[in-house]
Amino acid sequence: MVIEGRVWKFGDSISTDHIAPGRYFHLRQNLPELAKHVLEDADPEFSKKVKQGDIIVAGENFGLGSSREHAPRIIKLAGVSLIIAKSFARIFYRNAINVGLPVLELNTDEINEGDILKVDLEKGLIEDKSTGKVYNAPPLPAFMLKIIRDGGITEHIKKYSDFNLEIDN
Amino acid sequence: MMTLAEKILSMHVKKGNVKPDEIIIAEVNVAMVQDGTGPLTIMELEKIGMDRVVNPEKTVLFIDHSAPSSRKELSNAHMMMRAFANKTGAVLSEAGEGVCHQRLIEDYVLPGDVVVGADSHTCTSGALSAFATGMGSTDVGLAFALGKTWFKVPQTYKIVLKGTLPEGVYAKDIILYLIGKIGADGATYKALEFSGDIENLKMSDRFTISNMAVEAGAKVGLFPSDLITKEYLFSRGKGDKWIELYPDKDAQYEKTIEIDLNKLEPHVSFPHTVDNTRVIKDAEGVELNQVYIGTCTNGRLEDLRIAAKILKGKKIKKGLRLIVVPASREVYLNALREGLIEIFVKSGGLVLAPGCGPCVGVHEGVLGDGEKCLSTQNRNFKGRMGNPKGEIYLSSPATAAASAIVGKITDPRNFL
Ligand code: SF4
Repeated sequence: MVIEGRVWKFGDSISTDHIAPGRYFHLRQNLPELAKHVLEDADPEFSKKVKQGDIIVAGENFGLGSSREHAPRIIKLAGVSLIIAKSFARIFYRNAINVGLPVLELNTDEINEGDILKVDLEKGLIEDKSTGKVYNAPPLPAFMLKIIRDGGITEHIKKYSDFNLEIDN
Repeated sequence: MMTLAEKILSMHVKKGNVKPDEIIIAEVNVAMVQDGTGPLTIMELEKIGMDRVVNPEKTVLFIDHSAPSSRKELSNAHMMMRAFANKTGAVLSEAGEGVCHQRLIEDYVLPGDVVVGADSHTCTSGALSAFATGMGSTDVGLAFALGKTWFKVPQTYKIVLKGTLPEGVYAKDIILYLIGKIGADGATYKALEFSGDIENLKMSDRFTISNMAVEAGAKVGLFPSDLITKEYLFSRGKGDKWIELYPDKDAQYEKTIEIDLNKLEPHVSFPHTVDNTRVIKDAEGVELNQVYIGTCTNGRLEDLRIAAKILKGKKIKKGLRLIVVPASREVYLNALREGLIEIFVKSGGLVLAPGCGPCVGVHEGVLGDGEKCLSTQNRNFKGRMGNPKGEIYLSSPATAAASAIVGKITDPRNFL
């Protein structure tokens, strides 16, 4: 899978409260409405600026906090195709895979807002077309890649009627 | 040579012993969602035609985050949860019964269980030696329908507690100190395993500590199942369900961290991250508008007793709001019987129905712009209490109660 998109840059410790604030609790059954507030407490204008296919690049511990799966779902709904961060909080990471939103871990210091990245997900190869720099991120474990390829965990279960750990090449 | 996490997971796979970093499919004993996450679970399951549960008595839907409901959208979400429970036979925990994690440790979780919950503080049950962890709505939904889930077996950090806590210092201070030391991502993807002089820690202390494991990024925060666990289960009429669970003597740990309890002081987390901790002398003097005592972290009877002891016969500072929320109906009833509720009300506090209360910013105590709240909850992220312009500080119930009297963050040891 190759993903190409424009970078929106965020700092460290972007929490699920930044991404899907508790004050919009009542919108949780209405994801398109909730997505209008995505990342509002980190960048109030984000949902207006983000375009289909864009990439979020962030610092340490992205997605820390609650288990709300709404967080990666509304990021995906807003059009984001990939998140690259120095590290992810565990539940967010797992939820992102489950909803079919790919994530990669990388030292992101030299990637700038507005850069265009071309990413080979299977290899973890990231090319910054704006700066010419090339990075290698550890690729996702095979089982998680499989879930992403299936389009998320529900699609995966629909396909196999169960979890399928077997690795098909 | 297994850690507690490896041991418990090994009890739930088809064959063999699990190893760190391995991806496994494990049987799930208890699965739960709450009113913030459950509706999405139900919608996903319905979408794929798997709206069923394999283990109804141990599948629980909790109405606790907005309980009773504060708006029509949430009332409708609650209706969806009730209908799902009716249809599938799953348990519905109504508004007023209490916070999910407290209810789980009261009635549902046993040592050695695998517990998954669509709520990050599901790790609370780790204090009962259950592999208990938070996940997303869909993950837990699949556990409802299939009775199993996948895990990557975590590496374990061993946290060795040495000595005994001085007066005025509590379990909350231990976990705040640890998170301050290793950081909010200090244990990401790891299991924390507590050991050392833990026979000094009651179950309520252990629940507070395990509850906050996720604030260091951990997947679970485990205590062994020992005589204190046994006593707890006996007190709840489930003594026959106790099993002993310890890590193997030669278990492999990725890291070992020691904490000297004898020298520990009260701690406070400053806005807006849990790891932004300070010892009490560097925290004192911050003026407060609101104090909140409750939540799945510190809303148990033991916590209310500590707070009531400090507040007894005193008045809270004029202009400050003290909100007290018992974590469950049982806690509420016991606090009533012991006269604790009367103490809170007489001191000028207000007591709300069991549930999450103001913790997650849905209702009941949303902060105004620039307002400061000292809370016994587990996290203080920007916007958490409903307003990104509010500030949340975290402490033990003792520090919270003392601070409510003074109107500023205060060392509880002044009130002992
Ligand atoms: S009390 Fe707070 S932390 Fe605990 S479950 Fe409720 S909202 Fe979450």
